[in-house]
Amino acid sequence: MNTQQRSTLGSIAIVIYFLLLLLPIYWLINMSLKTNDEILSGLTLWPRNPTLDNYREIFTNEAWYSGYINSITYTVINTVMALVIALPAAYAFSRYNFLGDNHLFFWLLTNRMAPPAVFLLPFFQLYQNVGLFDTHLGVALAHLLFNVPLAVWILEGFMSGVPKEIDETAQIDGYSFPRFFFRIFIPLIRSGIGVTAFFCFMFSWVELLLARTLTTVAAKPIASVMTRTVSASGIDWGLLAAAGVLTIVPGALVIWFVRNYIAKGFALGRV
Amino acid sequence: MPKTHNNRAWLLVLPVVISVAFSAIIPLMTVVNYSVQDILGPGQRVWVGNEWFTDTIRDKDLHAAFLRNLLFSVEVLLIEVPLGILVALGLPAKGWRASLALVLIALPLLIPGNVVGTIWQIFGRADIGLGGYFVNNILGISYNYTLEANDAWYTVLIMDVWHWTPLVALLCYAGLRAIPDAYYQAARIDAAKPWAIFWYIQLPKLRGVLLIALLLRFMDSFMIYTEPFVITGGGPGTATTFLSIYLTNIAIGQFDLGNGAAFSLIYFLFIQVFCYIFYTIIQNLGRESN
Repeated sequence: MNTQQRSTLGSIAIVIYFLLLLLPIYWLINMSLKTNDEILSGLTLWPRNPTLDNYREIFTNEAWYSGYINSITYTVINTVMALVIALPAAYAFSRYNFLGDNHLFFWLLTNRMAPPAVFLLPFFQLYQNVGLFDTHLGVALAHLLFNVPLAVWILEGFMSGVPKEIDETAQIDGYSFPRFFFRIFIPLIRSGIGVTAFFCFMFSWVELLLARTLTTVAAKPIASVMTRTVSASGIDWGLLAAAGVLTIVPGALVIWFVRNYIAKGFALGRV
Repeated sequence: MPKTHNNRAWLLVLPVVISVAFSAIIPLMTVVNYSVQDILGPGQRVWVGNEWFTDTIRDKDLHAAFLRNLLFSVEVLLIEVPLGILVALGLPAKGWRASLALVLIALPLLIPGNVVGTIWQIFGRADIGLGGYFVNNILGISYNYTLEANDAWYTVLIMDVWHWTPLVALLCYAGLRAIPDAYYQAARIDAAKPWAIFWYIQLPKLRGVLLIALLLRFMDSFMIYTEPFVITGGGPGTATTFLSIYLTNIAIGQFDLGNGAAFSLIYFLFIQVFCYIFYTIIQNLGRESN
């Protein structure tokens, strides 16, 4: 087998992989465009009578669309907070040795390892006691538990890739530390910030257990609103599928914006 | 890069420590508190020492759930890591095709866990799902994930492979792009075979990202909850009752706080110890090969 044949074979395998990857998502979209009668009356590969009724229901019913607004709100708050507090910390880890730095770093990572199921009840009690229960800020804070360690980890890798001479030159040129940090350093690790934001957004967006436990009405995430589709008459498959499709959209937008940074690389520094 | 010793760096780290400690230490203390007491009602509690721990360690169902989860994690790693590397090797390196491939491959990662569960719940059903219909009617294999233990297991496994292989692939893809062209040119001069390029250049350079991929995939598959909960609810029987599902049944379902807390601490500790050992081994391997 020569190189030409091998690469053709590889391309075919990749195309098949992508087809298998997209098939379940296609099926979800397919179902979201059908009426429940059509779904239950037999298997059709594409909707015979495409309808947007399921989507209309979601966009006009506040109980539905508020779920999306809540989820996006706490995810964005979480991503911004994670970045703001992780940036200086990652800088400290990449530039300085200090008392207990390695232990601290591993301790941060262990929080990424805590099974959320372990903390459900204590979380519920804690957040109720401090008055953050059922608020967007509360969910965002809870999600910091696993996003901040990850953000520090990724950012530290990117920052270690920036030579230290840049810091020193800036200092000699008379830049104050904040000015250096915001005007010179942050632009240098832009792609790292993009990748980190993507990861924080992703893990906060897909997390359900904590978000569901810490909310009842005012900050209820879309994922728990979706249980509404189960009623006495069975599951409303079409509506469930439409709601599912709409949860994919924000993520797809975010990944589109950071696609070039992703390719550039997680592969720097400690990572 | 040599680092300067400066204890004032703690000031930069402080916000992170405070925000993480708030959500980590206070709840952890509460769990410890539960694990050594029997809480009978508000203000009524009895010190029981290590009773819950001995109870938990002797729990036969727990042993079964533990082994089941371990087997699941091993299977997940054995499939997803090689598959992820293969996919990363096959992806286009640049141009619009690379952008499109990256966006498409990342899609499953951005779907909330319960929606992933829903997708496969629908997809695997014999009456309304393409996958279930295909296996039953075209391959002629009887398949029903709500009744057959094996079918449920394979459904959850395939779902996890579908969901998380892209993460491994993305990490490896990023790692591959970071290899300087000079390495490949040198290999071409030596007329190296493709497998030699893979074994001696690409794989060693992927060590760092593979470490992250392995750790993330181990931790997350060992904590898996939402997806199997939506698809099978832990059943049929206990076929897909993984550790988190079992724990939630005890702590929330039966409101058995003492056992639940003791279980939580052992669970947490196991993951930490495992990751620490694993992390250290890989770090040392890297140092030797350098």
